[in-house]
Amino acid sequence: MKRITAVCWMIIVMVITVSLWMSGCVGEADSSTDGMEGTELLNVSYDPTREFYSRYNELFCRHWQESHGEEVHIIQSHGGSGSQARSVIEGNEADVVTLALAHDITAIEESGLIEQGWQEKFEGDSSPYTSTIVFLVRKGNEKGIKDWDDLVKEGIEVITPNPKTSGGACWNFLAAWAYWQKQDGGDEEKTQEQMGRLYKNVLVLDSGARGATNTFVENGQGDVLIAWENEAYLAMDEYPGEYEMVTPSVSILAQPSVAVVDKNVGDHGTEELAEAYLGYLYSDEAQRLAGENYYRPMNKEILEEFSGLFNLEMNLVSIGDFGGWDKAYETYFRDGGVFDQIYSGKE
Amino acid sequence: MEQQIVKVKNRKGVRVIPGYGLCMGVTLTMLGSFILLPLCSIFFSTSRLSVQEFKEIVTSPQVVSGYKVSLCCAFCASLVNGVFGMILAWVLVRYDFPGRRAMDGLIELPFALPTAVAGIALTYLYSDKGWLGSLFAKMGIKIAYTPVGITIAMVFVGIPFVVRAVQPVLEKLDRQYEEAAAMLGAGRAYTFFHVILPEIVPALLAGAGLAFARGIGEYGSVVFIAGNIPYKTQIAPLLIVMKLEQYKYSDATAIAFVLLIFSFTLMLLINSVQIYMQRFNKG
Repeated sequence: MKRITAVCWMIIVMVITVSLWMSGCVGEADSSTDGMEGTELLNVSYDPTREFYSRYNELFCRHWQESHGEEVHIIQSHGGSGSQARSVIEGNEADVVTLALAHDITAIEESGLIEQGWQEKFEGDSSPYTSTIVFLVRKGNEKGIKDWDDLVKEGIEVITPNPKTSGGACWNFLAAWAYWQKQDGGDEEKTQEQMGRLYKNVLVLDSGARGATNTFVENGQGDVLIAWENEAYLAMDEYPGEYEMVTPSVSILAQPSVAVVDKNVGDHGTEELAEAYLGYLYSDEAQRLAGENYYRPMNKEILEEFSGLFNLEMNLVSIGDFGGWDKAYETYFRDGGVFDQIYSGKE
Repeated sequence: MEQQIVKVKNRKGVRVIPGYGLCMGVTLTMLGSFILLPLCSIFFSTSRLSVQEFKEIVTSPQVVSGYKVSLCCAFCASLVNGVFGMILAWVLVRYDFPGRRAMDGLIELPFALPTAVAGIALTYLYSDKGWLGSLFAKMGIKIAYTPVGITIAMVFVGIPFVVRAVQPVLEKLDRQYEEAAAMLGAGRAYTFFHVILPEIVPALLAGAGLAFARGIGEYGSVVFIAGNIPYKTQIAPLLIVMKLEQYKYSDATAIAFVLLIFSFTLMLLINSVQIYMQRFNKG
């Protein structure tokens, strides 16, 4: 009668644990496709689109049911645009991504999950809806905030997220930059000085757009929130009569981008569905829905229908004026870039 | 303790307590896959950088200021935790009062609560428009969005460590010591500082050390209350997240690596102090 030695036991346990673990992972992947009825589609998006996509998904599911007679389940994931992109790169099996800026989708493209040329796949640089950057102030606008210049005055407290962690904050930064570029006739140094004054007034630099909104709205911090237009409207809906929106004379055309994650849809066999899901964003119904959720529809005619809601007179620069996202990111937001210089200057 | 370990094998060389191999296998697997492997991945990821690059990253002014903020706040928090944690443990062990059990359970709440929830709640409470924060704001003290706020969040997440470390030692402490001290004419303060305190210091140190390490690494609750202004209230873990956002994995792990070294050195130090003190106390 031989005894199994201690070492044998150890090895057996290790092997069993590891194999159970592995099979656990595989089993999980299987059940996620087999367990549910109908097809599943994972849309990885950023923070402020939560309300829009939850309504759009209903619309699309109905449309798909009618046209294909098939039930689809759309799963939504929201978070900071950058971290969402990273989660996709690291293996979150998104079928489509709908993120705050093209730069984040380019990052996924670089990892090989999305094929090149995704921006030409859908109309309007694959931005079915756009937004812009506005100010949200407290009721009565006691500090008299009308334009970017008012934000750099002494004693004004500004809330905006950190461009290094928030896609939305990059748009905020660039909108302000564009304004002072126009004011100072393109003098970079002067613009940077003004930006320094602006960020000196920033009280809290949250890591995401929703976080900044919460700081301003729930915690009552600051006099003005630099925000997405749709976030500003949502906050005003949530707290009627407590906030006012101010549209600055110059702002930026924020183009959230959408793309099919080619590799993942290939693995899931959801190419057609994913294409249709994003394509349907351009339908009249979806465009109108975007407008109702305070996104500016890409379709000009439908945008006109919402002219009462959106200030169409604003002078909007676009990311093209900055030479595209990659260049803008490299100049302003990389380590040691303009944004870092602004802060290290006032150490 | 030591006697139990020495006599595990009988004369035939077979262990008296069965299941050694089984348990050891489980232990090694768990340690390996959940602690050592992730830590190794940090080393590997960092080793992709050259020494020069590594130096540049971890000594850049923003990162250094991040370390400073994290370390200073965590240190203050562990001091506060040390003092108040001890008092809390004392109250829970030595006095009997209605609601003691409930209070005892409450101590562990910071472990159970998602840190983000804690952060949001604390910020809501301590911002200058919040309940508590507004009282301090009247006195001209700002709590949320300052290093004080960061410290408060770290105190919150760290307090259970101290209480749970000190409690069992206090429970085991023989009251006869105190009685003897009193009989020999020691005052209350003298008894506390010269009889009780030396007994609980090792546990106190261990608890405060854990609280400190936890504070250094704390992200979830701190980001909400910190304000995150570079060079002022930006904590090191936030810088790690920032690097990740820019897809700079090696940079992020480099910062993490330094944090790890801090924590590890600290643990080592505390452990050796503890061992030294235990010997000292016995001798």
